[in-house]
Amino acid sequence: MKTIDLGLVSRQVSILCTQANQNLGEDVAGALRRALAREKSPTGRRILEQILENADIARNKQVPLCQDTGYAVFFVELGRDVALRGEGTLQDAIDRGVAEGYTSGFLRKSIVRDPLSRVNTGDNTPAVVHLTQMPGDKLKITFTAKGGGSENMSRQAMLKPADGVEGVKQFVIDAVRRAGANPCPPVIIGVGIGGTFEKSAWLAKKSLLRELGSRHPDKFYADLEEELLELVNRTGVGPQGLGGTTTALDVLIEVYPCHIASLPVALNMQCHSARHQSITL
Amino acid sequence: MSKSILLTTPLSDRDVENLRIGDQVSLNGVIYTARDAAHKRLVELIAAGEKLPFEVDGAVIYYVGPTPAKAGEVIGSAGPTTSYRMDSYAPQLIELGLKGMIGKGNRGGNVLEAMQRHKAVYFTATGGAAALISRWITSCEVIAYEDLGAEAIHRLEVKDFQVVVANDCHGGDLFREGIDRYRKD
Repeated sequence: MKTIDLGLVSRQVSILCTQANQNLGEDVAGALRRALAREKSPTGRRILEQILENADIARNKQVPLCQDTGYAVFFVELGRDVALRGEGTLQDAIDRGVAEGYTSGFLRKSIVRDPLSRVNTGDNTPAVVHLTQMPGDKLKITFTAKGGGSENMSRQAMLKPADGVEGVKQFVIDAVRRAGANPCPPVIIGVGIGGTFEKSAWLAKKSLLRELGSRHPDKFYADLEEELLELVNRTGVGPQGLGGTTTALDVLIEVYPCHIASLPVALNMQCHSARHQSITL
Repeated sequence: MSKSILLTTPLSDRDVENLRIGDQVSLNGVIYTARDAAHKRLVELIAAGEKLPFEVDGAVIYYVGPTPAKAGEVIGSAGPTTSYRMDSYAPQLIELGLKGMIGKGNRGGNVLEAMQRHKAVYFTATGGAAALISRWITSCEVIAYEDLGAEAIHRLEVKDFQVVVANDCHGGDLFREGIDRYRKD
């Protein structure tokens, strides 16, 4: 049994929040550079150049990449041989880290206490925490800053089993066309297929944590990822929705067993400012 | 189609009439920030017949909620937010003489109609380029609704603030025309 102090969890969470918001992942930057080399639209190329210049400025000056520093979403893998020690729950420890990170890191506080009366909580808490138990004695914490503009363009549908893979493709293309310029293309598209209503959305969000360019281990889904990426890039939406050949940098799919009556599918839209970082304790 | 145009606020009808979709514009002068919560208050003031916190006639509004500024900096990261959320409020401001809006994403038919009727333009800045855009802002002051934090109305002075004309006052729509040009399905 390994003991991990919740105070350490809070400190590490605070660092993750700040670091992820200032440093664009090399996989995303690489995908943007490759897109710039291929993009046909002059306006589109200018936008991609601005996005890459922005990433350099944010990294060098240690300022946020985007003013929307996001909802703080965590995927936590807790080893079954880990004992957590300290005050409160894991959620409490993560929330303390988020409050500290968003305050000391000069990040925007974008969370309102109640969805209808809409008063800001002032410290970007609470976080959304997805906890999974794993074998072993490690605690892996992944933070992602989820911006509102792209999250608002996400969709879920309960398709009929008869709709099959063609139904899934149509759902993805429709969502991209309907979203247009709003989610800050070029986007990264997370697709969850199967499970239940809420599990499909969880899968879609989780897929966005994968490295860009990595393919699903099942060849069928790996091929579907590549086919969907090509289809999405034929829509013409382009950088910032002003027209072009780069609408998405990647499509990432996760799947799960589902009910004989159901074909749940969810699409979680992610803007090009795809910010996530992990730490293993 | 692409030409670079230097413009200084406040904008006149003539400035707006000369703009076409796809034009690259360098904006200079004063612009004002407002997002969802500030717009709600502005239209409540209009409904009550009260004075607005800044001169709307000729003004340009930037849809942005910046991050807090670090010590010694003018403003934090300050990129555009998605504009359609302001669609239900924008026509009332356009009627009062608002000449320009800066944001990202498509606008609704009601806004495009008001823009044609009253001569106004919609610019887009690059969403997610917030650290770059903050360099084009030379001063920042909260002038109303400080309680709204990032959503307060700020008066910004800008120098060579880079935007693209996405919708002009002649009915041009770069989202539609740009996408049609590159669509292959």
